[in-house]
Amino acid sequence: MVYRAHVLISGSPQCIDLGAREVKATLLEELAALGLANEVQVMEVSTLGHDEQGPELVIYPEGTQYVDLTADDMRLIVAEHLLKGRPVEKLTYQEPPSEPLPPPSAKEVRVVLDNIGKIDPENIDDYIALDGYIALGEVLSTMAPDDVIAEMKKSGLRGRGGAGFPTWLKWTFARRAESEQKFVICNADEGDPGAFMNRRVLEGDPHAVLEGMAIAAYAIGAQQGYIYVRAEYPIAIKILRTAINQAREYGLLGKNIFESGFDFDIEIRMGAGAFVCGEETALMQSIEGKRGMPLTRPPYPANSGLWGDSTNINNVETLANVPKILRRGAEWFASMGTEKSKGTKTFAIAGKVARTGLIEVPLGMTIREIVYDIGGGVLNGKKFKAVQTGGPMGGCIPEKYLDLPVDYESLAGVGSMMGSGGFVVMDEDTCMVDIARFFMEFTQDESCGKCVPCRVGTRRMLEILERICAGEGKPGDIETLEGLATYIQDGSLCGLGQGAPNPVLSTLKYFRDEYEAHIYDKKCPAKVCKGLIEFTIDPEACIGCTRCARNCPVNAISGKPKETHVIDPEVCIRCGICAQVCPVDAVHVE
Amino acid sequence: MNVTPPGELVTELQPEIREKIDAILVENLGKPGATMLVLTLVQETVGYISPPMQSYLAEQLDVPLSHLYGVLTFYSSFRTSPIGRHKVSVCLGTACYVRNGPTLLEKLKQVLGVEVNETTADNRFTLEICRCVGACSQAPVVMIDDDIAGRVDPSKIGRILRKYK
Repeated sequence: MVYRAHVLISGSPQCIDLGAREVKATLLEELAALGLANEVQVMEVSTLGHDEQGPELVIYPEGTQYVDLTADDMRLIVAEHLLKGRPVEKLTYQEPPSEPLPPPSAKEVRVVLDNIGKIDPENIDDYIALDGYIALGEVLSTMAPDDVIAEMKKSGLRGRGGAGFPTWLKWTFARRAESEQKFVICNADEGDPGAFMNRRVLEGDPHAVLEGMAIAAYAIGAQQGYIYVRAEYPIAIKILRTAINQAREYGLLGKNIFESGFDFDIEIRMGAGAFVCGEETALMQSIEGKRGMPLTRPPYPANSGLWGDSTNINNVETLANVPKILRRGAEWFASMGTEKSKGTKTFAIAGKVARTGLIEVPLGMTIREIVYDIGGGVLNGKKFKAVQTGGPMGGCIPEKYLDLPVDYESLAGVGSMMGSGGFVVMDEDTCMVDIARFFMEFTQDESCGKCVPCRVGTRRMLEILERICAGEGKPGDIETLEGLATYIQDGSLCGLGQGAPNPVLSTLKYFRDEYEAHIYDKKCPAKVCKGLIEFTIDPEACIGCTRCARNCPVNAISGKPKETHVIDPEVCIRCGICAQVCPVDAVHVE
Repeated sequence: MNVTPPGELVTELQPEIREKIDAILVENLGKPGATMLVLTLVQETVGYISPPMQSYLAEQLDVPLSHLYGVLTFYSSFRTSPIGRHKVSVCLGTACYVRNGPTLLEKLKQVLGVEVNETTADNRFTLEICRCVGACSQAPVVMIDDDIAGRVDPSKIGRILRKYK
């Protein structure tokens, strides 16, 4: 059926929260009432990019974007735009006037994210219409497994999960391994706080991942695949289930795919909230139904993986790149990026930056371009302090490296890492000691406990950092932290332990003065650490509106309406809500 | 762990829960790595895995109870006792942490009158902390059941909670 118009409505959790379901229901009712149901196609997509102004939709072929919709708005849009062809100007999306930002996609190159927002992830025909599964068809009918690996080698694709191991080499090891059965696993246990690239890919373009897995399976000789996805992503799990079922119905998974004699099927396995399961050996333990604790390597999964059989594990984004490479050619892929880091990478820009969200850029772009040209600079015109990449195992990169190209080697060279693509911007109000403490709290909590240096060492480091943040730091603490960091790095089996000290080491390297201010001067320069700050109300400025007192979680603020309010420092827990709600900025932090 | 007052000791598995578990077992028993699979599905459908459920599952899966218990306690999203009708999880991932997540948590503790991992007296909400739900661009984020509320203003959290009865 040929439709006159297509309506793409965002089904992101945020939009649903803001009423997208009701809006969609009204839209469908109105279309049916006006007899347009056969002329206008309505599709739900994972996001359209302005979730905070949802519910949001786009009408094609015009490409008109509508935001902040209600059911009444829908009646108007159907009657005016869809029936009479007159866009409703007052409801269309406007660039926020207060923050003039460059067009979001000017510097971006979308490969992995290309289909997202364009297709209905729950309809395999949409994916096929945009050349989906063509690569798999060509691979199965015209290429030998070794040709596939050779093409991957030419492309230069490296693992997008963080370590950057060449994908073709991983496949070669698995291909050469002698094993009765072989497995392909998609690592979708995206646990790094501050990173959500894989979630978007799984929710927006699930078939790209399935197709990538099938190609990998053909290249190494596997018949069974698993997607290990974290339980925190219920929407991704639901969409993947639908995608797998549709691919099976179309014969793109299962027996004798494309009449080539190649069999391959995929099953979903869910994680249950253990960060360490993103580590490949721990992940396989978890699929086997055990506690997810890493194993010694070698043997590597390629030789002895899931249930002792040869196994190849790739990250979601790595696999989503595979069909594109084989369809458009290794040369095309290798033309993007730097000499050693080819292609594009998705990043989740978050933290204190004007435009947060998901981006995809050619590797080698500088941090400055990402933060300022794409991210729109630091929020509220504050001063840039650092960017944290690589998640809890990564590091904080200071201002002096703003012109550093973002690729695997450059990031490692300054004490951080690529990681899965978290990119958290920090401004002058972020305390670097507190951030180090935050990451250490995370890693000590998520340490599986197998290796003593990691289990005990991270706890010791956390205790020292907590003491420093509470204003009880002692001379010698910095040196003890550095010593412990070395033991933990040297004495841990997996990436979690080996990387756990990185946030502390990188902040010590670039922001040692902040540690010293905490320990020796008993001051938190960013005014964050609760043990070192005090909130007071400026009697001159206070207008006695009572908002602070009403919002204080511990009733530490006293004062009558229209009179100056006072904070009791004994009761105050320094949460800062009063400063946030004060309409005249009368609350000061010292 | 799981101290149940002696008077309320429930050793029997309630039939309706057993029915749900059996449905999951029929589908998945015999699959490789069934322990983890079954546990995640039971957690998803029933909402918790109590000691009698653990014994029953161990027996059915033909694994030692100690093994099942070890797996169960390794992963943070498995619960051994029921929670309130709605789960309120404050995200304290990096992005939320630098964008006022901790303040939001303090406010929720005040509004709900409970500490982290506690349930309100009316059994309506259980307050939890989680690590990144992958909605970092909307930080700070609070997840209520499967819904995500983003860019939450701590002083307006009551309005968000209102629709969860």
